[in-house]
Amino acid sequence: MSGQPYRREGATGRVLRFRFDGQEYEGLEGDTLASALLANGVRAVASSIRLGRPRGVYAAGCEEPNALVQIEEPFPEPMLQATTVELYDGLVATGLPGQGRLADRPDPARYDAVHAHCDVLVVGAGPAGIAAAGVAARAGARVILADERPEPGGSLLGTAETLDGRPGREWAAGEVAALAALPEARVLGRTTVLGHYDDNYVIAVERRTNHLGAAAPAEMARERVWRIRAKRVVLATGGHERFVAFAGNDLPGVMLAGAARTYANRHRVLPGRRAVVFTTNDSAYAAALDLADAGVEIAAIADVRQAPGEAWAARCAERGIEVLTGHVVTAARGEGEVSSVETAPRSKTQGAGGETREIPADLLLVSGGWSPVVHLFSQSGGTLRYDEGLGAFTPGEARQAVEAAGFARGVTTLRGCLEDGAEAGRRALSAAGLAVPSEIAVPAVGEEPPAAPAEHLWLVESGDYGTHFVDLQRDVTVGEVLRAVGAGLSSVEHVKRYTTAGTAHDQGKTSGLLTSGVVAHALGVEVAELGTTTFRAPYTPVSFAALAGRDRGPLHDPVRVTAMHEWHVARGALFENVGQWKRPWYYPRPGEDPGEDMEAAVLRECRAAREDVAAMDASTLGKIDVVGPDAAVFLDRLYTNMMSTLRAGSIRYGVMCRADGMVFDDGTVIRLADDRFLVTTTTGNAAAVLDWMEEWLQTEWPDLRVHCTSVTEQWATVALVGPRSREVLARLAPGLAVDNDSFPFMTWRDTEVAGIEARVCRISFSGELAYEINVSSWSGLALWEAVMASGEVTPYGTETMHVLRAEKGFPIVGQDTDGTVTPQDLGMEWIVSKKKADFVGKRSFARADTSRPDRKHLVGLLPEDPGVLLPEGAHLVATSSLPEPPVPTLGFVTSSYRSAALGRTFALALVSGGRERAGERLYAPVGADLVPVTVTSHVLYDPEGARRDG
Amino acid sequence: MAERRSPAAAFAARFEAASAGGGPRLAEIPFLTQIDLRVDPKSPAAERIGTAIGVPLPLEPGTAVRGGDLTVLWLGPDEWLLLGPDGAAPGLVERLTEAAAGEPVSVVDVSAQRTTLVVAGERARDVLAHGCALDLHPRVFGPGRCAQTTLARAGVVLVAGEDGFRMLVRSSFAAYVAEWLLDASLEYVTPPAGEAAPA
Amino acid sequence: MLLIPCPWCGPRDEAEFHYGGQAHVAYPEDPAALSDEEWARYLFFRDNPKGLFAERWSHTAGCRRWFNAVRDTATNEIHAVYRVGEPRPVIA
Ligand SMILES: [Zn+2]
Repeated sequence: MSGQPYRREGATGRVLRFRFDGQEYEGLEGDTLASALLANGVRAVASSIRLGRPRGVYAAGCEEPNALVQIEEPFPEPMLQATTVELYDGLVATGLPGQGRLADRPDPARYDAVHAHCDVLVVGAGPAGIAAAGVAARAGARVILADERPEPGGSLLGTAETLDGRPGREWAAGEVAALAALPEARVLGRTTVLGHYDDNYVIAVERRTNHLGAAAPAEMARERVWRIRAKRVVLATGGHERFVAFAGNDLPGVMLAGAARTYANRHRVLPGRRAVVFTTNDSAYAAALDLADAGVEIAAIADVRQAPGEAWAARCAERGIEVLTGHVVTAARGEGEVSSVETAPRSKTQGAGGETREIPADLLLVSGGWSPVVHLFSQSGGTLRYDEGLGAFTPGEARQAVEAAGFARGVTTLRGCLEDGAEAGRRALSAAGLAVPSEIAVPAVGEEPPAAPAEHLWLVESGDYGTHFVDLQRDVTVGEVLRAVGAGLSSVEHVKRYTTAGTAHDQGKTSGLLTSGVVAHALGVEVAELGTTTFRAPYTPVSFAALAGRDRGPLHDPVRVTAMHEWHVARGALFENVGQWKRPWYYPRPGEDPGEDMEAAVLRECRAAREDVAAMDASTLGKIDVVGPDAAVFLDRLYTNMMSTLRAGSIRYGVMCRADGMVFDDGTVIRLADDRFLVTTTTGNAAAVLDWMEEWLQTEWPDLRVHCTSVTEQWATVALVGPRSREVLARLAPGLAVDNDSFPFMTWRDTEVAGIEARVCRISFSGELAYEINVSSWSGLALWEAVMASGEVTPYGTETMHVLRAEKGFPIVGQDTDGTVTPQDLGMEWIVSKKKADFVGKRSFARADTSRPDRKHLVGLLPEDPGVLLPEGAHLVATSSLPEPPVPTLGFVTSSYRSAALGRTFALALVSGGRERAGERLYAPVGADLVPVTVTSHVLYDPEGARRDG
Repeated sequence: MAERRSPAAAFAARFEAASAGGGPRLAEIPFLTQIDLRVDPKSPAAERIGTAIGVPLPLEPGTAVRGGDLTVLWLGPDEWLLLGPDGAAPGLVERLTEAAAGEPVSVVDVSAQRTTLVVAGERARDVLAHGCALDLHPRVFGPGRCAQTTLARAGVVLVAGEDGFRMLVRSSFAAYVAEWLLDASLEYVTPPAGEAAPA
Repeated sequence: MLLIPCPWCGPRDEAEFHYGGQAHVAYPEDPAALSDEEWARYLFFRDNPKGLFAERWSHTAGCRRWFNAVRDTATNEIHAVYRVGEPRPVIA
């Protein structure tokens, strides 16, 4: 292992090659990028975001604040922690200066999501989690055990403990493999639970192929979001070690003691050669001894306490390790990395006497105590309480069916965690209504020395707090926290926002409580009183690609298509999105390269509809069957106009308003029989209108005997438009009498069109003679092809439809209205019944607001230059030059087109008091200019309605 | 009669190819008869309808019953969907209307409103779980259960059978759902020889 | 993502439902008889309590039924669901 100078003897595993900051290295299978870098003696991994200070590996898991890297190959991914990146052959990474770079190319990997359900979700496969999951799963419960690491074991991975005589790591692997074999259990490794929401809805992300690098199979989703609904959740999330604020506590070579232990035991890597240990509690002794056994020279242990655990002191004495009781580390020193550590008696830092000592060392292990990982418990709505013994917050009262187990709720011994987990498993069983086994065997573990109480020290006092870091990732120092407190901030939430401590993408896992501790210290209050900042999802950063999952590209949103869609595509139509529908926008004429532009195509299509014959796929309109003896009464209450007087066989246009009197939807109502209507809605509102009908029927008028059924996609619809439409229809429907007397305007007939059973409605949305032919959507394509077969019918799209209706002043709900427009505003007083006692919206027409003279009315606008097209949305002003802001606006353009029939441009607009302004000149911005326009009636073409009968 | 085309007709070959690879079996059953029935379950009409179609309307939410070549799905407390073979709609509408005998019952032919997709085989549940939030465990959603719910971003009527699921999908959504199913199945389909299998 | 117990279909994800605001706000018997202020109160004014709130939901992606729920707006816990027309249950 000459290439890996800090690798311990006896390390096994396949050799992997990787590149970091341009340098080639070797690591071993099972390494993280962090352990591989440490094995190669790489101390400075990244640099800090504000101060540009060198930073090294600080932790061994997702709490890492320092070692931020960017993966460059096989695909660029920014802001990863070297401690959670699994090493693979060919990995190329660089250290980051606190910020990464987004990929400059599309991510070729697949991502997906999956829903899962279980009786109990156990988060964390450490000793408590394995025990809980084992008890529940063996008794038949549906169990999901999720753990963020590549292998189970949790804290056991970093220690040298044995269970039932087996090394912890081996025990965990065996237990979890047995669990995974049970039919109702699911083990999710490399899976981080990110969020804990209402009703035990839990989001986790599984990293499935990230660790395979370029060897990842292309068809396999790289990351998978798990959406888990759990009847009960056991949070066996363990703890994170904290550091202490002292001078230079960010230097490479300063490391959490537990992390160093993990590197030595799990990865067989020595994080340094000569170490000083700085601790407030017993746990660092186990780390120190493990490292000493692995070959690290422990120069001294500075323990803030006067009395460390006796057993530990004895073990140190055996090995000749010096223990400085009642001491602190006042500074870590070195050029770019630790080369010496300054210690002092604790009294010295508080102004009293005592000698400081400079100890040469390349490693400083720090333990400021351990904090239970309470993030998910807090997210789930549980309260937290401060545990004086631990010096940390632990779960209090739960709001949901969730409990913490093991160290996550402050249990500190291995045996205690195993027993606690088993108990949680039993409670999960009884909650799921399953039989609870009476005896549960807990594996035998070695005796642990009784723990001496920890002493909670947040801060080593000093005259200069410039390099006492509180939040390493945000480069926040004690100096800044004190400034915030000095500025009068006394809440940790405020200090967090003022200093940014805890807001980096590690979300303050190592720094949150430390910040609280320093603030409490400065204010002279207890941490318990001060509390902690709010824990929010996600627990660890998550890629947007994973959250998007399968919902991208063509599957980003459903694309709804009609039965004729394939024809439109083949004919080269361009499409417009209308809600989720793809509707043909216009059909550029083929043959010419690059084909007609939109303007030419639309003028041609408009001309065909007004002068010849044209057809449009109108299948997307919403259609609702309204059936029952009270159907007519019901429609009278929902539409502003009268529907009960409509005769079977006839059709009427109608408008619906909300109770506030604003236009909600419009369409035609076809009376099929006394007790049966077919209502059409606008394309975008089909579902909303059906919901609206159901709401009134179910919640206000349950006495009405009416049922509403959507038939939007039962029918395909072809609009056949133009002076020659009658002639074309007559040929396609030889059995139908098409003359005006036999088949008058606003009536319908059942017949066969092109041999297909059809319902033909004589309605017009263009002012021209027109028909709408409805057939089963299975036959929609056949009908369309039959209409197009002779080649004399011009297909037209939504743009032409819009121009034709706008020329006639027909508004489009949602384009010319916006939820603040009444029928009267649209110039449709005539559609509001005076005879009906009530209908939805009627009372609002008597409100002062709906009769204000300055309400916006729908009007036509003619630009004085007939070639100028006004932009839709343009605001209208009264003056030819803009006054000082705020500029009073009179209204805005809602629709604007070039008209073949008018030979000029025109627009519709909502204009304050618009109807009284006919003939007035207003101005609209077009680019940098204000162009003059004349207000006119909104009906610009065929105002007499002479064309509809052909 | 002019040629009919079902909403997922264009996917036949891709469904077949995906089904051949050991993944879920995907297929469209086109042109099934579907009748939406609204009736007060406590009315005599409901009882007469049960007699007329040979099976009582299921009253337990989320259940489906079979009678002859008909399957009756509970859609709501006063709503059912009757599924039958191609071409049965006119006769069925007539039978239902007759049985209603003037009571306020709504019978609407919605055969072309939705098409029927099959998601069957061993991995059917796995594939659907990628987009369906319901618990599809056989103890919870086994044969005889049905549900209106969503798959990915489309509304569906899901019917559990012995060997998988039938899924009724709005015709305009059929292509989206078909593409989604093919994409979600990809991981479960054995790659053609020569390509690496997932680790 | 709440898990909302539809009185008919059982518990389903919140995404299957539409929210309908405060329950027990009936459409006035005779709107024409109301003053502008009374009508405006019906149109625009709703309670917004912290704590228990009776509200309307519709299971739009499922059985399409409207129903009422008593939800604690502070904890999101749904204490009861009941059908339209039924009185608001008393929550202890
Ligand atoms: Zn429901």
